[in-house]
Amino acid sequence: MAAPELTKADFQSDQETRWCPGCGDYAVLAAVQAFFPELGIPPERIVFVSGIGCAGRFAYYMDTYGMHGIHGRGPALATGLAAARDDLSIWVVTGDGDALSIGGNHLIHALRRNVPIKILLFNNQIYGLTKGQASPTSELGKVTKSTPFGSIDGPFNPVSLALGAEATFVARTIDTDKQHLPMVLRAAAAHEGAALVEIYQNCPVFNDGAFDALRDKKRGAENRIYLEHGEPIRGVVRDAEGALRIGGEGEPVIHDAHREDPSYAFALSRLSSSPDGPTPIGIFRDVRRPVSGRDLARQLAAARAAADDASLDALMRAGDTWTIS
Amino acid sequence: MAGDSGDGMQLAGSRFTDATAVFGNDLATLPDFPAEIRAPAGTVAGVSAFQIHFASRDILTPGDTPDVLVAMNPAALKANLPLMQRGATILVNEDAFSVRAVQKAGYAENPLEDGTLAGFTVKRVPMSSLTTRAVEGIEGATSRDAQKAKNLFALGVLSWLYDRPVDVTERWIRGKFKGPVCEANLAAFRAGWSFGETSELIDVQVKVDRNVDVAPGTYRNVNGTEATALGLIAASVKSGLPLVFGAYPITPASDLLHALARRHDMGARTIQAEDEIAAASMALGAAFGGALGVTCTSGPGLDLKTETIGLAVALELPMVIIDVQRAGPSTGMPTKTEQSDLLQALYGRHGESPLPVVAAQSPGQCFEAVFEAAQLAIKYRTPVILLSDLFVANSSEPWRIPDAASLPPIDPRLRTTTTGPFLPYSRDDNLARPWAIPGTPGLQHRIGGLEKADRTGAISYDGPNHARMTQLRAEKVDGIPVPDLEIHGEPDADLLVLGWGSSYGTIRAGARRVREGGGRVATAHLRHLRPMPANTGALLRKFERVLVPEMNSGQLAHELRARYLVDVISYSKVQGQPLLPSEMEQQIWRHLS
Repeated sequence: MAAPELTKADFQSDQETRWCPGCGDYAVLAAVQAFFPELGIPPERIVFVSGIGCAGRFAYYMDTYGMHGIHGRGPALATGLAAARDDLSIWVVTGDGDALSIGGNHLIHALRRNVPIKILLFNNQIYGLTKGQASPTSELGKVTKSTPFGSIDGPFNPVSLALGAEATFVARTIDTDKQHLPMVLRAAAAHEGAALVEIYQNCPVFNDGAFDALRDKKRGAENRIYLEHGEPIRGVVRDAEGALRIGGEGEPVIHDAHREDPSYAFALSRLSSSPDGPTPIGIFRDVRRPVSGRDLARQLAAARAAADDASLDALMRAGDTWTIS
Repeated sequence: MAGDSGDGMQLAGSRFTDATAVFGNDLATLPDFPAEIRAPAGTVAGVSAFQIHFASRDILTPGDTPDVLVAMNPAALKANLPLMQRGATILVNEDAFSVRAVQKAGYAENPLEDGTLAGFTVKRVPMSSLTTRAVEGIEGATSRDAQKAKNLFALGVLSWLYDRPVDVTERWIRGKFKGPVCEANLAAFRAGWSFGETSELIDVQVKVDRNVDVAPGTYRNVNGTEATALGLIAASVKSGLPLVFGAYPITPASDLLHALARRHDMGARTIQAEDEIAAASMALGAAFGGALGVTCTSGPGLDLKTETIGLAVALELPMVIIDVQRAGPSTGMPTKTEQSDLLQALYGRHGESPLPVVAAQSPGQCFEAVFEAAQLAIKYRTPVILLSDLFVANSSEPWRIPDAASLPPIDPRLRTTTTGPFLPYSRDDNLARPWAIPGTPGLQHRIGGLEKADRTGAISYDGPNHARMTQLRAEKVDGIPVPDLEIHGEPDADLLVLGWGSSYGTIRAGARRVREGGGRVATAHLRHLRPMPANTGALLRKFERVLVPEMNSGQLAHELRARYLVDVISYSKVQGQPLLPSEMEQQIWRHLS
């Protein structure tokens, strides 16, 4: 008997969503719930792990297994889960404070290890749940409650950071883009190892309009530089020195997401330093590298299935023993 | 056996121990080494020592005043001489007592010459040159190989002195080394043995009979770390749950990571995490997936894991946290022992976050203690802290190997079905909630650190619900039945000595000496710190005086006073060294009079 077709409703939990009206998280949640049926994975084999922050609530709203963890530790919790179970589809939902500040160490090591987890990084460039402090992606000079005279610390570029951490899949998309977001999720789900998806997400209360240059219909059309594997990147050229540039004279660049050398993807990530002008959107890098513990998981499962009293006795009695009768 | 930290004293000590164990003596050992891998050569700070106490009767501790000291250099002599009593035998590597080495150790004059050792039986053995001579003829062996083999020469001398079986050591050498290095070590060991036998310098051979007064069974020598590793594997086999062990390198806990990392053959998965926080989080994430999630640490590592342990309390998932205590605060003394994390284990988390705390009392008993910690974690769906310490982790003793079949099965009781809506925070008779793991159809649910509504597990900010959940979490832990405290010695004595953790053997040994001297004293030992045995309060009140010795500033005493309103007498020691039987004896006499 064929399994009944899954629908969006199968992924909607009974919990009342409690984000602020107009929050970009609603759009992402709706897109994720609408996308998941196409994966064909039954909800019980899917786990959402989250940290702390507005994005952390995401786990409660998916009718899958879910674990709302502690601040920044989502990738570590998910790494442990992936080590125990290789039969699950594991997704981590995190924010810019959660992933890049308090959880920075866990993020880079999950990417380095290439743990088979998909990390959705909701970047709104602000701390929302704690009511509006500067985050590690807030722009220099940003005035917030904690930086009344303007932030004196420069921001991270999450895509550059992930590439520096040896990530095998790095993408960027936008909360309200109903076509592009599922396309990126599809590619992330198909990727064997760790995937980092940065989602520009508007916070209407504490940082409204941060991504208008990309989210607005008219301005967005001008500023989005779509990255599609095998296609020319609009407006991006390679100059005489071989460097990538936006506009000007030079050879058009054909996007190659599968390039082993991460410096090309890194160069793409440096085309914009903030989302207020032309910014690359899409999959920067998608390469294959051994997945953390995949072969080991099978080997250990077999060893464990075979472990019994006899093998335990043999282990305990290994080495020098003596018997008193 | 004491020498420079590069002299291989731990190796010589552990080989002597194995031969002694196989021979059939009872024994207890105490390794003592510096935190630096290679502290400046020849200095007192760089001395590494290994102490063994063995006998034909049961042994409770590594002892306090050694009968024999092997000193490989002047610094080793200087560091250990204060432990020795007049009349003891001191074997020195005479070659190492150059003017420079003597000065480096902080001696003004050569202690072999200036009367420092008057009253001791000193055996001056030119170990370096005899080893060099023994190794000379071996093809391919370098002078460096000869230098490095002098610990085996010393081991050879000692092995002759105490008539240890040579085959155990020679088999080990052959398994460990290859080629010329193997030959050099064998030659050095045999030369040491022959020196003992033929040299008139060592004029007696001591025979220590087998200990025949022991329970029948098959034995091996284990240190606390090895026993803990075996206990975890046993819990994994008996529960059918995969073991996922997350750890970050820290002294002295790392040895457990090393031991388990070798156990792919038993299905154990170890992860060297990016930090202590991640190590704990990985264990907890694995537990959510239906694994036996375990993490291990020492010192400041426990501080870092605290946040995750709090989450485990809220999630009510099984997890075992092993804390191999060491001297603090902060980095403290990483290679020195202490029992000073008790109050942190009991209370060191924000909010009301109760959890069971179990303590290991001897190297072999670590097996039982960690097995029980896993049983409790799985049965009650709770994180459990196992308090071990550096002393118990590194010390060794003969361990009667249990039959795997005699170990109780651990039923994880995974929830696989539900009638009606699934209630992740409903409870069984033990107040434990259902453990439904991903992959189980129909039981999808979300858990998290936010307070949950009773039964449904939905997020709740309701005050009365929080009060109820707080109470349920505490009742679950405090309702765990643990065995009553047992009195050892005279139940009607005036004085009870109550200890916990690794001081078990020392307290017993001190009390035994007092009894041999005609004193009347009772002892009892806590293996469960939360919940405590039901008869604890009654026992505290039954005795006129209760002495509580600890390697901290009185943490158990504090807890007992608060919990039972009994003014116990605290004896505390925080010198980074275990309590000694002699000081226990002295303390007991003091409070008997």
